[in-house]
Amino acid sequence: MVKKIIMKSYLGLILLFMYLPIVVLIVFSFNKSKSRGNWSGFTLKWYRELFTNSQIMDSLYNTLMLALISSIVAVIIGTFAAIGIHNMKKFKKSVVMNLTYLPVLNPDIVTGVSLMIMFVFIGSLIGLKLGFLTMLLAHITFNIPYVILSVLPKLKQMNKHMYEAALDLGATSMYALRKVILPEIMPGIISGFLMAFTLSIDDFVISYFTSGSGVANLSITIYSMARTGVKPTINALSTLMFVSVLLLLILINIRSSREEKKKRQYDA
Amino acid sequence: MNRRWVSYPYLIWMIIFIVIPSFLILFYAFTARDGQGIRFTLDNFYKFCEPIYISVLLKSLGLALFSTFVCLVVGYPVAMILASKQFSKSATLSMLFIIPMWMNFLLRTYSWLTLLEKNGIINSVLSFFNLPKIDILYTDAAVVLGMVYNFLPFMILPIYTVLMKIDGKLVEAAQDLGGNSMTVFRRITLPLSIPGVMSGITMVFMPAVTTFVISKLLGGGQYTLIGNFIERQFIQLSDWNFGSAISMIMMIFILISIWIMSKFDEDKGGGAALW
Amino acid sequence: MNGSQPIILLKEIRKNFGQTEVLNNINLYVLKNEFVTLLGPSGCGKTTTLRIIGGFETPDSGDVFFEGNRINNVPPYQRKVNTVFQKYALFPHMNVYDNIAFGLKIKKMDKAVISKKVDEMLEMVNLQGFQKRSVESLSGGQQQRVAIARALVNQPEVLLLDEPLGALDLKLRKEMQLELKNIHKRTGITFVYVTHDQEEALTMSDTIVVMNRGKIQQIGTPQMIYNEPKNAFVADFIGESNIIKGKMLKDYSVEFAGHVFECLDKGFELNEDIDVVVRPEDIKLVNVENAMISGEVKSVTFKGVHFEMLVEGQGVTWTLHNTEMAQVGTAIGMSLNPNDIHIMKRTGSV
Repeated sequence: MVKKIIMKSYLGLILLFMYLPIVVLIVFSFNKSKSRGNWSGFTLKWYRELFTNSQIMDSLYNTLMLALISSIVAVIIGTFAAIGIHNMKKFKKSVVMNLTYLPVLNPDIVTGVSLMIMFVFIGSLIGLKLGFLTMLLAHITFNIPYVILSVLPKLKQMNKHMYEAALDLGATSMYALRKVILPEIMPGIISGFLMAFTLSIDDFVISYFTSGSGVANLSITIYSMARTGVKPTINALSTLMFVSVLLLLILINIRSSREEKKKRQYDA
Repeated sequence: MNRRWVSYPYLIWMIIFIVIPSFLILFYAFTARDGQGIRFTLDNFYKFCEPIYISVLLKSLGLALFSTFVCLVVGYPVAMILASKQFSKSATLSMLFIIPMWMNFLLRTYSWLTLLEKNGIINSVLSFFNLPKIDILYTDAAVVLGMVYNFLPFMILPIYTVLMKIDGKLVEAAQDLGGNSMTVFRRITLPLSIPGVMSGITMVFMPAVTTFVISKLLGGGQYTLIGNFIERQFIQLSDWNFGSAISMIMMIFILISIWIMSKFDEDKGGGAALW
Repeated sequence: MNGSQPIILLKEIRKNFGQTEVLNNINLYVLKNEFVTLLGPSGCGKTTTLRIIGGFETPDSGDVFFEGNRINNVPPYQRKVNTVFQKYALFPHMNVYDNIAFGLKIKKMDKAVISKKVDEMLEMVNLQGFQKRSVESLSGGQQQRVAIARALVNQPEVLLLDEPLGALDLKLRKEMQLELKNIHKRTGITFVYVTHDQEEALTMSDTIVVMNRGKIQQIGTPQMIYNEPKNAFVADFIGESNIIKGKMLKDYSVEFAGHVFECLDKGFELNEDIDVVVRPEDIKLVNVENAMISGEVKSVTFKGVHFEMLVEGQGVTWTLHNTEMAQVGTAIGMSLNPNDIHIMKRTGSV
């Protein structure tokens, strides 16, 4: 009993440490005063101001577009890549897998500066400037490996004759891919997509080095504001984003547990 | 049946955006540009051997190691509690350690400023109870705190995953053979969780040693770690050659530590059960 | 070839996987309605042969004919052949009905027709009412039946079965053997069956093809294969046997184990070195005085129907099967009939 109380209070302490900054952040998004740390009354004005602040709205738009496009492209390239890698012979497979792990293991800052060097280098040849496009290419690059790494295990779990069974029953390769392989590895594709999306939204370091002047995502905007003081409007925006992700998660949880129940009833 | 070609777009992509940039770093690190044009040189590496740079490198390694150690000491019990019988049924509880990562990490780190300031929230609470104030903002302690705060989940989650996979029967068997809870932990749980500990250490140490954001926000504008150095070479000073050389050294450090970790993992991971 | 054209004909098939030779000059024909079993140890090339017929592998050289047409380059989905895969390869995200209907839907058949055909198939494999069940909720035996139904519903000319019963327990395997045999009789479809279980092959097949190391060792009816093994490998692989080195003195006379025996074989060179195969159940126990060979009993094991005895005599360790049992350590006599002695050409290594 004592043991359980100790365990619970330790866990509580660590969770306090994890959530304290978040709570502070959310509370101060309702603070009248602009300066951080001084509570001077409740207001919703930052939330109203948020939608008229073009700097924040632009970077929000950039962040979401980057995350959406880069994770969709990464899912397409990555899923096909995983299927190809799965069918490779041992030696070639290990070479390609090492290449795949490289951006995952490499420090973000090194990936960031190396891409920056290349974009400037190539850009000077073909007239490409650092900006949204270079950021997008960088995001796709660091997203693909995560898609591959979440799709590959699903392919391994799959009965290796599944694809052949479909061909045997008269399916063409495209039909077998669509009707048999894709549905089978879909959980891996979805979790790869979600991971890519989250990484892209949260990325700062690589975006920082590959974006040009005038183009920023939320992280870059926050970083540049940090010198002069982050405005409560950013707090308001983050609170909104955090709460909506939380709601989405709860919704998905409820739905999947309901479906689970339904399925179990049917099979029993 | 030949479907290997479907991975060719990926391979081309990775060659353009990973392999070529890596070679460009290599190229810049070993060259310098002067009046006559570009020439091969080792000057960038000689420059790095100057005492100020070496001391920054050592400081970065030291702080990252210390933060990793704190994460391990704080995080291992958390993982154990989460994986224990009393709590293992609630997956929600372990979710609680992932959710914070959905808020922008710059903002979360920035929020510590509000908490740690001279007249900030923590000090207000302390002074309310007539306790001495703490003043750690813009010191090493604040940077370590920021690192631990940001990377603690990376330590907890892999250890938790490994602990969850340990067969409960192993623990029961050890108890059956007369092991008390301390012995069971020392002889069974700890050795079997080593792979999780190793990947936790790697996942905390790597971003900690290369960060430039945490040090800049919580250490102040003049605070310099190796990450800040690299950033400065590229963003403010435009000395790409020196910046590339430092990046390369960083990359080598990281690859060596990954290699050591994976070696350790293989040796002990397989043999752990035999202790 | 009984005058009728073979439905499948393999001609001089060779196949390598990298450095490893998997098939070395395979020549084989399968007649319509036949139940042919490819039998051999793992890695002998039997599955590869099946996959070449199914279209999942292409031979490096040699030709595959189907009803007289060369089909080397015809993709699997255009062959009138269906396969029951090892571990079934059912589609886990579809229910039983959708699994079986998969092939018919591709052919764009009418919904009512599909439904009727699926129901018929389920009846044939004794799974009436299972349409809506998810395949993951089925037992191994039931999954096996779905896999068979899924292949058969397409009315293939030839059904290929790749160790279909390998994952089932012994009792279920026996049941399914009979059931498969029944389905074969009822549908009249040609079956090509792969297994490493010699008993299964002997029970089910019209023709057995024994393979080893990428080569066909012997083709024949179960009786022929069992009674007249062509070489030491076949003899050893099909049932237990004693293989003894010997010498063919002349026609109908062979010397082995220090004794000259009468036999039914002829056509060897004088004093040619040969291998002799004697089945354990063919060795008779007799008094030591009238024995051709005598020896000492080294061990006795009860095997249910018979005793297995190891007897050492004349420099050979003999395996005997007999319903009578001799005491360990005693001397016994053994005798052989001429038709129980099988002579095989020496093939070098076994």
